[in-house]
Amino acid sequence: MARFLLRRLIQSAIAILGTITLVFFIQHLSGDPTLLMLPEGATREDIEALRRQLGFDRPLLVQYLDYLAQLARFDLGQSLVQRVPVADIIASRLPYTLFLAGGALIVAVGVGLPVGILMAMRRGTRLERFLMSFVLIGQSMPTFWSGILLILLFAVTLGVMPSSGVDGVRSVILPAIALGALTMATFARVTRTAVLEELGRDYVSTARAKGLRFRHVIGRHVLRNAATPLITISALEIANLLAGAVIVETVFAWPGLGQLAVQSIAARDFPIVQSIVLLSAFVSIALNLVADILYSVVDPRIRLEGAT
Amino acid sequence: MSEVALTAPPAPLRSRIWRELRPVWPFLLIFGAFALVALLAPLVAPYNPNSQNLLGRLKPPGTTVRSVFYLLGTDEVGRDLLSRLIYGARVSLMVALLSVLVSTVLGTVLGMIAGFYRGAVEVIIMRFTDIVLSIPAILLAIITIAVLGPGLQNVVIVLGFTRWPRYARVAYGQTLAVMGQTFMRAAAFNGAGALRLIGRHILPNIAGAVIVVATLEFGLMVLFEAGLSFLGLGVQPPMPSWGSILSVGRNYMGSAWWIATFPGLCLFLLVLSINVIGDHMRDRLDPRSAR
Repeated sequence: MARFLLRRLIQSAIAILGTITLVFFIQHLSGDPTLLMLPEGATREDIEALRRQLGFDRPLLVQYLDYLAQLARFDLGQSLVQRVPVADIIASRLPYTLFLAGGALIVAVGVGLPVGILMAMRRGTRLERFLMSFVLIGQSMPTFWSGILLILLFAVTLGVMPSSGVDGVRSVILPAIALGALTMATFARVTRTAVLEELGRDYVSTARAKGLRFRHVIGRHVLRNAATPLITISALEIANLLAGAVIVETVFAWPGLGQLAVQSIAARDFPIVQSIVLLSAFVSIALNLVADILYSVVDPRIRLEGAT
Repeated sequence: MSEVALTAPPAPLRSRIWRELRPVWPFLLIFGAFALVALLAPLVAPYNPNSQNLLGRLKPPGTTVRSVFYLLGTDEVGRDLLSRLIYGARVSLMVALLSVLVSTVLGTVLGMIAGFYRGAVEVIIMRFTDIVLSIPAILLAIITIAVLGPGLQNVVIVLGFTRWPRYARVAYGQTLAVMGQTFMRAAAFNGAGALRLIGRHILPNIAGAVIVVATLEFGLMVLFEAGLSFLGLGVQPPMPSWGSILSVGRNYMGSAWWIATFPGLCLFLLVLSINVIGDHMRDRLDPRSAR
């Protein structure tokens, strides 16, 4: 177990270093990053001054090492527009994104899991086909369109929900549904496949032959064994929710990290954009690590494979 | 030899493809309609998508203004929504097709090289694949566009270069499986070089799996382009894109619901049809995921 953990930790560290390197060099894709950070029509003196201030006049390698050292101190730099540390701005927005992502996860698991189980139990029936089309619709709806339709229906026409912004727990419902729909579809499909695979196994026939009720077999035996693929998919899906927040937050004027990223691009506040991308990559790497560890706890075969 | 003679000869390729795809024909029809409209946009669009009519602003579907008939209504500067949607289909499908091509070629080649040469090459390529995969694609696209600037060409580049890892993973895994087969050793024994082994023996054997990934990715690319344009980072005005039309329509939800509704409906139908066709193909090619 210890060797497996160590190997995965080293892999994650390499992935983090690689991500930082990638994000650093993307910044230099256009040649001169100073130009990204100034409003159009800045004078040549302005450009020179900022270039020197941010250290872009130094050799690339020096800048890179300096950037690594800075990140190692958990220093994300300064916002170019607001002149305050990026970390402070992100910290003030993060709770909103977590709140939204949490709501979306509840929607996704709360609907996706039962739908997936039901589809597997009623395989080949009309109910399964109906649920499958429900899942396909959830999968194919662009979030910005479903968000707009939800606003149009519940806020503009019926007037029962706030259309945008944060105003109590009620205001998270519509954005959470819009954001959670795609994840719901994924959960439902993975659950269906996993449960179906388990249903075909001998222990299910044995349990049924012993006279156990179908519901009992599903609840006590099948779901436990089907949990393994769900753990892996959860890690990926939570990372996807954070990324999907970029669009949903823009639609609902939700003051989270996604909206901040879009606003910062418009304001040419590059350090903020960079930090948000890094943060979400870290979260996704960390979630994958956690999923792998959980996975190996549930299924010892993976651990053994890693040790050889 | 007698076994071969006993089975029926394989049906001609065209009828075999048709038999495989028949269950999803309504979705093929939807996809085909969008593709045809996109291809023939100048012929089927009733008006110029960019010509404005300030007297006919925000008119609801079915309005006639000065003997000009607007089937789906007009937008905030009086442009015909139907014509803009038709040209938008062109942008959407073109961007998706080109970016899928870029990422397929890039990912497949890298994956095959990693699986063929193994060793250090394999480690470097597959680790790099993991890194790119760990950054959420939409954020990677956003930060790159923030640097390169928006526009049709950059959207294709960004989408193509952020989405290749999925192909690389599949191509790599499939190549490893092919490498273990006897015919590979036989071909190598007969003096086939690396290029010939990869091109003539590996590629045809992994193509099916790669095509399935490409089909499923195609729908995602349509959504990504619309999403980037929705955020103002994709195709730039006045070029019509479903995402940017939607984004404008958001400001007129109370007064002109049609501007945001119809481009969304187009997106939904197109992506739905692609997803259904892609799913069906995966089920057919991968017996493990069959129902």
